[in-house]
Amino acid sequence: MKRTPARRTSLTLTGVAILTTALLLTACGTSQGGGATEPTEAQTELGELEGSVSLLAWPGYVEDGSNDPEVDWVSAFEDETGCTVTSKTYGTSDEAFSLMKTGDYDVVAASGDASLRLVAAGDVAPVNTDLIPNYEGIFDFLKMQSWNSVDGVSYGIPHGYGANLLMYNTEVVTPAPTSWDVVFDKSSAYKGAVTAYDSPISIADAAVYLMTHQPELKIENPYALDETQLAASVQLLKDQRVNIGEYWSDYLKEVQAFETGDTVVGTTWQVIRDSLAEGTPAEVVLPDEGATGWSDTWMIAANAKSPNCAYAWLDYIASPEANAQATEYFGEAPSNAGACDFTVNPDHCESYHAGDAEYAAQIWYWSTPIAECLDGRTNVKCTDYSDWTTAWQEIKG
Amino acid sequence: MTVDASAPPRRAVVPQPRGTIARQGSVFLSRHSRLRLSLLLSAPLFWLGLVYIAALAALLITALWTVDSFTGQISQTWTVDNIVAVLTGSLYQTVTLRTVGVALLVTIIDIVIALPIAFYMAKVASPRAQRLLVIAILMPLWASYLVKAYAWRSVLSQGGIFEWMMSPFGGHSPGYGLPATIITLSYLWLPYVILPIYAGLERVPDSLLEASADLGGGTWSTLRLVVLPMIWPAIIAGSIFSFSLSLGDYITVNIVGGANQMLGNLVYTNVGAANNLPLAAAIALIPILIIFAYLAAVRRTGALNNL
Repeated sequence: MKRTPARRTSLTLTGVAILTTALLLTACGTSQGGGATEPTEAQTELGELEGSVSLLAWPGYVEDGSNDPEVDWVSAFEDETGCTVTSKTYGTSDEAFSLMKTGDYDVVAASGDASLRLVAAGDVAPVNTDLIPNYEGIFDFLKMQSWNSVDGVSYGIPHGYGANLLMYNTEVVTPAPTSWDVVFDKSSAYKGAVTAYDSPISIADAAVYLMTHQPELKIENPYALDETQLAASVQLLKDQRVNIGEYWSDYLKEVQAFETGDTVVGTTWQVIRDSLAEGTPAEVVLPDEGATGWSDTWMIAANAKSPNCAYAWLDYIASPEANAQATEYFGEAPSNAGACDFTVNPDHCESYHAGDAEYAAQIWYWSTPIAECLDGRTNVKCTDYSDWTTAWQEIKG
Repeated sequence: MTVDASAPPRRAVVPQPRGTIARQGSVFLSRHSRLRLSLLLSAPLFWLGLVYIAALAALLITALWTVDSFTGQISQTWTVDNIVAVLTGSLYQTVTLRTVGVALLVTIIDIVIALPIAFYMAKVASPRAQRLLVIAILMPLWASYLVKAYAWRSVLSQGGIFEWMMSPFGGHSPGYGLPATIITLSYLWLPYVILPIYAGLERVPDSLLEASADLGGGTWSTLRLVVLPMIWPAIIAGSIFSFSLSLGDYITVNIVGGANQMLGNLVYTNVGAANNLPLAAAIALIPILIIFAYLAAVRRTGALNNL
């Protein structure tokens, strides 16, 4: 192809076009950003219901029968209160965090790796639990914890919780493990068949293990790691990486890998164990070192358009009936003690160890690692979530 | 040429053009061909500029920003830290090499498989068989990408079909990992390589093959000296598809790649889990640069001139 003068002109024009667009975009861009944090007050009394409420939640938390006609706990709320529910689901805590910035949602169901950031960014308001009668029924060990309160101020209502357990193939992994060492120090025995959850938050799993096995590191809280402690956890995970068959984030992927035997040992959730095909030789255990886990919280947006309907929803979802339906459908322990009487499967609470404070005490619930150490140390700076993300990418290599 | 004498004289029937605005405009445009062309092209060009060029520019600019790790907000201070991190970080170099290696292997495997199939379709098969073969090649494209990747996941699993087929020969399934990724990607992109090569071979006249044979050219020298130079641009076109599609893929490697990650996964985790759009944008520039380098190299061979 020959380069004609006309072609050269068009090239120049394209160049100019790119530059102009770039400048325009920059100009648009600079006006956004900021986000001042102003402490908001909790509501002291309830007003009239607004007639609608907008919810942001994990999939399976807000079911109105549109996915499965049998699964519906939203319609009852709408009939009872007259608040029409619109809901959106999110896939990761970070997605929830950025969606809350739009200001379109009145209520969010946040995990511990998002809740503190939402509070810090001023996106959620304190919740006056006196206005929520069903709060009384919530297990005490879930109330006013580090992931749902700040400086003694409650920022939400516990929804449900669960542990990241150890699952193993009973035919291959013998004797039955009681320690996480089968996926760490002794994982070479199962080279290529070990799995782990694919998220930076998995670094906390290694930290929990090190709390017992390398006490000289003095890890007090697996989400408050200084440079040395993080480096030790990362080294443990890098050694583990050699024996990893695959990481999982989609739980169906792990279900299939355990059914075929491609994976024989690794972290899991109770709901994954329950989803395995009949006859799969796999069991779960809460190892002696304890485990990480999650406890989700219903929070109210700082600038909610329908705060009264939001309070009504928080009260409704904490009620024994609704809490039982929602947590059983999702596969986690309910937060309301009364919920155990309403589950379809009478053994639900038992298999998820609901209300077992001793069991719950062994769980380190997901929290966002931040520079200001969560364990109260002030002489060091802790590693934050972005450090963990970088570390996690390097572990995977 | 003969003219029917009984036909009425046409000129009398055609009405005189009236000097309406539309008419004047049309006359003006027919005299100014440049303007006509630019008016015709402005709408699609505007769209192209908005979708491609603006998106690319936005990407480049985002790569020069940073993100506040606590509030998660993008702060628009100009910095080249992300780009320096991506260029110097050993993680990114390893992953880039792995990704380029996978993309090259997939491309080579696809071309090796596609050449005989395309040759059979274009030169040997009957027209009926040819049509059936084209449909057969296109058929997998009707199924979802995810379904095909998950199908390979079960094929390659322990006790899966692959192992069952290989066991009589003492072979094993490669398990989940880079070999599985290469096999799956080669399967996924094969139609995109076969079709351009098939189209290229269709344009090679049979007479040339006969002439070569008449002049004493054997099968291999005919293929090498006559066919290959003619279908080279088609092969390049096919390779651009498989190479660039493999370079950006992150789902297949997630499903069958075991614990491995490619450039796409790094971008994905930085956008999703890490909420670090600027770093993700900086990483996304790597495949863009590689593709530009590849296109420039191809252009030097002259293959693009005959596309």
